[in-house]
Amino acid sequence: MNTSSFIDIQNLSVGYTSRSQKIIKVLRDVSLTINRGESVGLVGESGSGKSTLALAAMGYFKRGLRALNGSVHFNNINMLGLDHDELQKIRGGNLALIPQNSGQSLTPTLRIGRQIAEALRLHSGLDQTAFDDRIIEILSQVRLPNPAALINRYPHELSGGQQQRVAIAMALAGQPDALLLDEPTTGLDVTTQAHILELLRDLARDRNMAMLYVSHDLGAISRVCDNVVVMYAGEVVLTGSSRQTLLAPKHPYAHGLLTSIPRLKQKELPVALDGRPPMPGETITGCAFADRCALADDQCRTASPPLTRLESAESIRCFHHDKIDQLTTSSQRVKQRKAARKGTGETTLGLEDLAITYAKSGFLTQFLSNSPPPPATVDNININIEKGETLGLVGESGSGKSTILKTIAGLISPKNGGIILNQDTKLTAKVEDRPSMNLRQIQMIFQNPDDSLNPRHTVAQILAQPLRLYFQLSGKDLHDRSVKLLEQVRLGEHYLSRLPSQLSGGEKQRVAIARAFAAEPEIVLCDEVTSALDVSVQAAVLDLLNVLKKERGTTYIFVSHDLAVVKAISDRVAVLYQGRLCEIGPSDAVYQAPFHPYTDVLLGAVLEPDPDTAPTLSADDVVELSPPAKGCPFQRRCPKKLGEICENQTPPAQISNQGHVIHCHIPLKELH
Amino acid sequence: MIVMLMRRILLGFITVCLVSIIIFSGIEMLPGDACTQYLGEYQADKELLEQCRKDLDLNRPAHERFREWAGGAMTGDLGMAVDGKTKISTIVGDRVKNSLLLAFCAMLVGIPLALILGIITGLWRDRMPDLVISTLAIFAMTIPEFVSATLLILVFSIWLGWLPGIVLTSASAPISEFFPEILLPVIVLSLVMCAHIMRMVRSSVIDVMSSDYVQMATLKGVPYWQMVFRHALPNALLPAINVVALTIAWLLGGVVVIEVVFNYPGLGRLMIDAISDRDLPVVQSIALIVASIYVCVNLAADLLTMLANPKLRTVYTRK
Repeated sequence: MNTSSFIDIQNLSVGYTSRSQKIIKVLRDVSLTINRGESVGLVGESGSGKSTLALAAMGYFKRGLRALNGSVHFNNINMLGLDHDELQKIRGGNLALIPQNSGQSLTPTLRIGRQIAEALRLHSGLDQTAFDDRIIEILSQVRLPNPAALINRYPHELSGGQQQRVAIAMALAGQPDALLLDEPTTGLDVTTQAHILELLRDLARDRNMAMLYVSHDLGAISRVCDNVVVMYAGEVVLTGSSRQTLLAPKHPYAHGLLTSIPRLKQKELPVALDGRPPMPGETITGCAFADRCALADDQCRTASPPLTRLESAESIRCFHHDKIDQLTTSSQRVKQRKAARKGTGETTLGLEDLAITYAKSGFLTQFLSNSPPPPATVDNININIEKGETLGLVGESGSGKSTILKTIAGLISPKNGGIILNQDTKLTAKVEDRPSMNLRQIQMIFQNPDDSLNPRHTVAQILAQPLRLYFQLSGKDLHDRSVKLLEQVRLGEHYLSRLPSQLSGGEKQRVAIARAFAAEPEIVLCDEVTSALDVSVQAAVLDLLNVLKKERGTTYIFVSHDLAVVKAISDRVAVLYQGRLCEIGPSDAVYQAPFHPYTDVLLGAVLEPDPDTAPTLSADDVVELSPPAKGCPFQRRCPKKLGEICENQTPPAQISNQGHVIHCHIPLKELH
Repeated sequence: MIVMLMRRILLGFITVCLVSIIIFSGIEMLPGDACTQYLGEYQADKELLEQCRKDLDLNRPAHERFREWAGGAMTGDLGMAVDGKTKISTIVGDRVKNSLLLAFCAMLVGIPLALILGIITGLWRDRMPDLVISTLAIFAMTIPEFVSATLLILVFSIWLGWLPGIVLTSASAPISEFFPEILLPVIVLSLVMCAHIMRMVRSSVIDVMSSDYVQMATLKGVPYWQMVFRHALPNALLPAINVVALTIAWLLGGVVVIEVVFNYPGLGRLMIDAISDRDLPVVQSIALIVASIYVCVNLAADLLTMLANPKLRTVYTRK
């Protein structure tokens, strides 16, 4: 038994028995050790087995899964040999989990206070009477405002960031010595994510905790972790210090993963990692990554590389780790430049004084409550989008970016203002009233292809709908056109007969893109189209959108919460807060000084996969439910707030240069 | 919350009003009226018919009579049966009491049984207890009530002789006299309703047991049964409330087949009798009562769901 490590997993294989009685391995021979006070990041694409490994550290396997061989020790206790009672004492006590989606991991029918009290009762040995004080103490420790009031709240009454903090508080209630974090910040806004990560760093340092941090977000890992373990297809392919693995990765997969991340300082599009990882159960001969690797040779395809320990204390599973420099220098792939916009100057879509509100004023509601109607969700949006231009819309959740898209698509009717297509057609508010011609011209791609593709339709049926509707195609013409569309999104003809469930996430999103382009649209609305995808796939989708734009001169409106992604693809960027425009301009200008104070806050919170950078947190991450009635929308969180002028007067539009507009009372010179 | 409550009550009231208008006009549209029925072959005598219509007040325009009937119904006065002697409220009153008794007993047995079985099958999903109970439940659901009723009569009252197979007590008898005659109908009804509710609870328990918060509770170190009772069940039983409400409304609205098989003097049988006697005022009244019961039970179920579900509660209180 290894006595030095706190969490010690040796040669663990986890799998399930398939319907055909075959044993399918999800984890293959994985070893991982974490010492007290050490934090280890576990990285990999979805399906690489990283969450399974984290849960296995608690001796927990999802329904159907089981440990096939290997050992799991925590604090020298064999976690796989314990019975339920003994496991219960450790879980949530010494060893606590912070789950991925706290919104769904907190029991909806129990008040926050009771859920934390439960953890105290199980693991703290405190007296019942001392619970309330202790809960308030923990809640303030995770920097939640007004903890005494929070005790009586239900989970759904909190924002995503607050829920995540409650989950952390619940873990702290058991006074853990080790924390397992399963994508704890995925799905949170950038500022919230940065705050939570700082909190976790501080907690880990203060309590000398061991941490296993599972994430696909290398930026978050680089901020929190000392060491990194990279997983691929259920195997560990690389371990090393954060600095070594993130700055100079020696494994081709880690290298590819890092180059596929869009970065703020980079002008080019990120480079996609081609192909997809093998599915669990697929027969793998040789190196699992060989099919996607530029360095692969015959040896890689026949023999499986062992995990070798290098002098630099890194462990690596690759025959060619010494040739990794070739990958960087002689990379055959030329980085894709962003397709330049063809400056026709012709406006294709005009948003004029757009205001949108969700508040419905029913007769009875008005009759019974005499409070004034809340300010509109989105207000005073004036943007002209040129033909062939990509406009990026960024902002945190609740900034109204998706609402604007849905209004353009006709899914929501604006309160006032108009949407003008090609300078002459005023679009009807509701999609069902629009003429077929206008419907064809504007197409939308949604965030999650799992929801936007009908699971019972084959790819052929999905593509046939717009082709029949707008071009009356049928028979061979329809087939040829569908094949051509698939080729454009780099999928073969054989995909036509597949159902969405038989496609990977990236392939599904390609089909969704092909469907949008089937209509030969002039404007394509992209609503967080890459947020549900792995980084490597995200890069491929961005690349595809870029190529299509180059070929067809399509106009995009690209909504995302990820500032680096928006920068990579957009010509112009608009920053929104609470449904109001803060800043708009050419993307290079927006990502450079002078900044709107809100843009500054957002950019400061972005985490780059570089251990040498640290985020600057200049504003807290309070979530506002509705915009202020007057003045600047950002007044309540602004670190540079001037005073009453911000509360009472709508900030003026200050034009800096080349159409770069900042809505702020502070003079441009001081916004650096 | 209050706004929402008032809206629902208003909507319920409008529903009942609409239903009463539909019932009233439906009956008006039928050929013939209470007098042609009452007089039978004597209706050929024009004078007698006129006299009868005058007695029963049928000569006034329909909307006036509706206003009067509806006004009476609101104060509990449902008018006279077609014989002109008995007050409808007395006949119907007894039957409502009997239907309530039957429904209440069936609920008392059926609902707890359904919940317990649903939870057991959900927790032991795909294992022995689930397979046995679920198969039986499908049987109970698919066999028509009159078949299972007849089978039970055959077994328990004819072969074994344990329970009376038919209800002979008169409609106006006090509650205590219905025992043990009421037991067999109660058993049949509980079986049928139990199967429906159980299947619903089972799938809801399965859903909740695979949710993230149940996994989180387990990984927090919460012992299994504590996890089930504290974290899983309160959430799993929420969707069951509406199914239970529909079942209760169905029970209260008169379970015609069962009442006929067991000769039970409830609302359902009164309805059948009134229809075959062409006692239109009684049919009209029963329809109105059943509609009101449906509206009330559904309103109660929605309120209960709202009180039990913190999410809905805040949505409405915030507005």
